[in-house]
Amino acid sequence: MTAPEKPPLVEIRGICKRYGAVLANDRVDLELRGGEVHALLGENGAGKSTLAKILYGYTRPDAGEIRVGGRPADLRSPRDARALGIGMVFQNFMLIPALSVLENIALFLPGLPAVLRPEAIARRIREYGERFGLGVDPAAPVRQLSVGDQQKVEILKLLLAEARVLLFDEPTKVLAPHEIEALFGIFGALRADGYALLFITHKLREVVRCADRITVLRQGRVTGGIAPGQADVDTLVAMMFGAGAAPEPAPDGARAPVPPGTPPILELIGASARAEGSETALSGLELTLEPGEIVGVAGVSGSGQKELGDLILGLRPLSAGSKRFCGEDASSWSIARMRERGTAFIPEDPLRMAAVAGMPVRENLALGTGRRYHKGAGLDWAALEAAMGASFQALAFPVPALGRPIGALSGGNLQRVVLARELAHGPRLIVALYPTRGLDARSADSVRALLRRARAAGSGVLLISEDLEELAELADRLLVLFAGAIAGTFPRGGWRAEAVGHLMTGSKEVTGV
Amino acid sequence: MSERNLAPALDAAPALRAAGRYAVIGAAALAVFAAVLLAAGKSPGKAYVDTFQATLASAYGVSELLVRMTPLLLAAVAVALPARLGLINVGGEGQLYMGAWMASAGAFLFPAAPAWALLPLVTLLGFLGGAAWAAIPGLLRAARLVNETIATLLLNYVAPLIVSYFIFGPWRAREHSAYPQSPLFPEAALLPTFFDTRVHAGLLIALAALACYWLLLEKTRWGLDMRAIGGNPEAAQRLGIPLAGWIVLALALGGGCAGLAGMGEAMGTAGRLRQGLSPGYGFTGFLIAWLAGGRALGILFMAFLFAILTCAGDTLQITQGLPYSVVNILLAMILFLVLARRPGGGR
Repeated sequence: MTAPEKPPLVEIRGICKRYGAVLANDRVDLELRGGEVHALLGENGAGKSTLAKILYGYTRPDAGEIRVGGRPADLRSPRDARALGIGMVFQNFMLIPALSVLENIALFLPGLPAVLRPEAIARRIREYGERFGLGVDPAAPVRQLSVGDQQKVEILKLLLAEARVLLFDEPTKVLAPHEIEALFGIFGALRADGYALLFITHKLREVVRCADRITVLRQGRVTGGIAPGQADVDTLVAMMFGAGAAPEPAPDGARAPVPPGTPPILELIGASARAEGSETALSGLELTLEPGEIVGVAGVSGSGQKELGDLILGLRPLSAGSKRFCGEDASSWSIARMRERGTAFIPEDPLRMAAVAGMPVRENLALGTGRRYHKGAGLDWAALEAAMGASFQALAFPVPALGRPIGALSGGNLQRVVLARELAHGPRLIVALYPTRGLDARSADSVRALLRRARAAGSGVLLISEDLEELAELADRLLVLFAGAIAGTFPRGGWRAEAVGHLMTGSKEVTGV
Repeated sequence: MSERNLAPALDAAPALRAAGRYAVIGAAALAVFAAVLLAAGKSPGKAYVDTFQATLASAYGVSELLVRMTPLLLAAVAVALPARLGLINVGGEGQLYMGAWMASAGAFLFPAAPAWALLPLVTLLGFLGGAAWAAIPGLLRAARLVNETIATLLLNYVAPLIVSYFIFGPWRAREHSAYPQSPLFPEAALLPTFFDTRVHAGLLIALAALACYWLLLEKTRWGLDMRAIGGNPEAAQRLGIPLAGWIVLALALGGGCAGLAGMGEAMGTAGRLRQGLSPGYGFTGFLIAWLAGGRALGILFMAFLFAILTCAGDTLQITQGLPYSVVNILLAMILFLVLARRPGGGR
């Protein structure tokens, strides 16, 4: 135990940071003490990364105070943070593959002499390597190193630059299981030497294993801090995902009567897909989406949500199993055919996934409408504008200036243009991928209302979201995706945030640690 | 409301403003180039007067400019069209040679065909030669195997060798065996010329190609798809636009234009197939398309300007004994000035 009267190395009080309509950090307090691993836990979008960016001087808070070593600190840039002994290990490493370990580290060191003395740096690399289990060959080119070793180089960089406070942004995300073990060993050695560590993650099991102190963030607010020894998965899940009480399901919208014998809108039968790079492979997915139904998909990020959406949309080939659309085998349909047959896609980031920023709104409305408005070599712009105007009206959205580049619209208005286009032709299937992410509360509400309306009209909606409250409000059934497989299915109103949280984080089996 | 903004390239005011801007840039470049000439002990005044007299001052000079503009226009479209999809085609030179080669093959295979049949045939073959040559990098890119910039660039070194093989071998002219070139094409394969000048029908083809380029990109639904790919490939794919098909097609169409330039040089200017058919028209076309930002009127203007510059090279060589490559200094000056005007040097 460290002496309690010693001031913390870093102390932050009342940090607030607002991005547009989203309050990313809301009066956050946090202390980092030497000799402690402080875990910062929270769902995606809970505000963890924002806090880390503020601590590292990337972003300035709107309000609040940061004290380093007991003195108020004004962190205007990462350079300021580094000067005060704060270092950060990013999710994506900041290394130059062609250079050696030693060169990469030397580049980072302040006050380097004009003529390098590589032996001195190499000696320090080896010295630190032995002390903290960070052994890497200083002469090896970085591109030859495994991901785990690259991470060690990142840590060595900070240590040689004499950082005392180390921020780790989801350091285990990129690591293989044995590398995670090694990292926790390094954490232990650093802690014993008096370093202060901030460990940002959303993986409960890891937190319980290695943290001395845990702070949980939810929607930008600290929902709890736990001292060592009291960490308990159930408590943490409750803090991360909200109170244990079952979320109140909203009144079920009236559903259009479905004639008996109508095939489901969408069926996945043992559907699997391969993964490349950082993607998640999907294995043996079983899913049925009936007309007039919203099926929600929950999961922590990287569980295969985007891959599932792409598989359904026809962007990702099935490696096994089959996909049926309204009773027809659609396993090998292209996205163009899926759209032609009545599939709409509501993306999380319309500017990236569903619009061309430099083109006017009018042309963006025409994209992806298939053959509907073909007229000779051109398009029937009048018919298109009439149809889209009607769609805007049906959704009660204002019609934007059609000649303006769509990139000039605000986020909410941009999403409205995409919604109007996607819903203009009465889609049978709507794939919504985090449709309310980044929207202000009012726009998010209108998107939800619109999904309910589509359900009432007999469409099938697949709602992929990480907002459990949103899922509770909308979903008739909830699937939990974990590591590319369905970890559980719940009927409407028949689930508790805790149970879902366990499945989402894959922590079922460690309950009661 | 529906007409506005659909035709940015025809909007007169920005085009005029762009022209004015380029005029200023051109004047600045000429001033710097004058300093270079002075340093070389030559008279810049005389150089500019000579160039003016050799180009704009006489009907003959203007006709020579049009002759030079013909391949430059086509080579610029060859770059501009794929560029609208975000594809970088630096293979205009190779595509030009393959177009000339295919057109020549048609002329030699059907020496007795009448002009009304042979001219459309060689034109078509010229287009197909360039298109096929550009489709190779297109296919490689669409299959995500090789970047199209590398592939188009490297194929530039292959195409002239194919031409060389034929003019040193099967097609070598008998009359001047010392000089590697093909015999003259049959009369029926030669593009008609106008008003006793060297201006040939290729100019009409080039202007038509430029107009088609503008119409295709700005007025058709295919152009909409292509511009969407250029603006945001991920969104385009998610909206069901077949990326791979368009990539191959756009490069092939561009290559076809370069092929037409080669056909024009062979059938319209040289009258035979030979080495050194193009003094780098393919590369100059890249500069033109780039400086014009892909705008149709800009391409027209820049092609005219570059025709003057290349004529200046010839003039300086003859009247002042300066090497032809001295105009490269002027080209480089213009490029630098244009780059300097764009923050970050990006497009």
